[in-house]
Amino acid sequence: MMKKTMMFVAVLAVCLCVLHSAPLAAEKQLARGDALPAIKLPVPQTPSAKSYLGLTGEGSFAISQIKAQVVIIEIFNMYCSNCQREAPKVNELYRAVDKDPNLKGKIKIIGIGAGNTPLEAEVFRKNYQVPFPLFPDEDYAIHKAIGEVRTPFFICAKRNADGSLNVFHTNKGGFQAPAQFLKQIVTLSGL
Amino acid sequence: MPKRKKIYGAFVIGVIWLLSLGPVAHGLADTLKENVYEVEQLKPIDSVPKLKVGDKAPGFTLPAVAGKKISLSQYVGKKNVVISFVPAAWTPVCSEQWPGYNIAKTIFDQYDAQLIGITVDNIPTLFAWTKQMGKLWFPVLSDFWPHGAVADKYGVLRSDGVSERALFVIDKKGIVRYIDIHDINKRPPLDDLVNELKKLKK
Repeated sequence: MMKKTMMFVAVLAVCLCVLHSAPLAAEKQLARGDALPAIKLPVPQTPSAKSYLGLTGEGSFAISQIKAQVVIIEIFNMYCSNCQREAPKVNELYRAVDKDPNLKGKIKIIGIGAGNTPLEAEVFRKNYQVPFPLFPDEDYAIHKAIGEVRTPFFICAKRNADGSLNVFHTNKGGFQAPAQFLKQIVTLSGL
Repeated sequence: MPKRKKIYGAFVIGVIWLLSLGPVAHGLADTLKENVYEVEQLKPIDSVPKLKVGDKAPGFTLPAVAGKKISLSQYVGKKNVVISFVPAAWTPVCSEQWPGYNIAKTIFDQYDAQLIGITVDNIPTLFAWTKQMGKLWFPVLSDFWPHGAVADKYGVLRSDGVSERALFVIDKKGIVRYIDIHDINKRPPLDDLVNELKKLKK
């Protein structure tokens, strides 16, 4: 009798576990170890943004062309309250990298506005005085390519020997403290 | 028997431990979304338009979340007005639309426009919902009672008692200059509204 009860509980628990994890698996979000999808973005028009990313010319560029060892991509949405609350912290993260001579130039940050028009991404940039380049993803094409994540979402990718980028960390939602997050990035990337 | 029982026991404890991890990780990611009631795709528009561009905007007086009543007439001759009807508190698209407008105040100011948000929810519901958006610079009005009366006047009351997702631009003379009764499932791009506000300035 005891054996049967234990078996029933075990089977029930397994079923619950499978049901519970199904929606997460269905999202197919970008995860640690994945190659960064081939995302194309428009070359920024401002000289400062071009210089920051190490780009020249016009047209579009692949994220792997960004001159950096580590690229942090924030998936945001101008309309999302949590992204708005996170904005000052992400700016702080940028400044922490900028003032560290060992990290400046090695880590670059960009933002991609899921479902945002260029105007909407610009409203977000102006309102929070975002110091790093933001790009609109008006038709959600990039958002879909990375698994329709909730915003904000951070993708941290590291350069491989062949120049490609691989994801070494993702952060769902906001991070706790910029200094702590940066430390985590440095440790995980091995910079 | 005791050995087998121990294996089963350890297995069950392990699975229960795994189960307990999932919701925590999910919940920490985005607390606001946890409170939003997910809805399925709805009929894009479910009302009959009653107004057209050039009509005089119907007057109204409604209670605001901030605690006083707001009338459309108080802006006539002073400000352009943008009315944003959203269907319901605590629903997916609505919960993002106003936070977006909240960081676009400079655009509304540029065109001397006052934004007014209206839903058919009652004041306590609107209070709790908008509190999560941070401090809003525009008034949020409750069209709860008589239920949806203003939404009905503007031709945006749906058959299930919520309003359409709609934008009305009203000039300083109180004339309707733009109507966007939008697909309820989608957020109207800010660009369309800005383009209409630009026309007012000419």
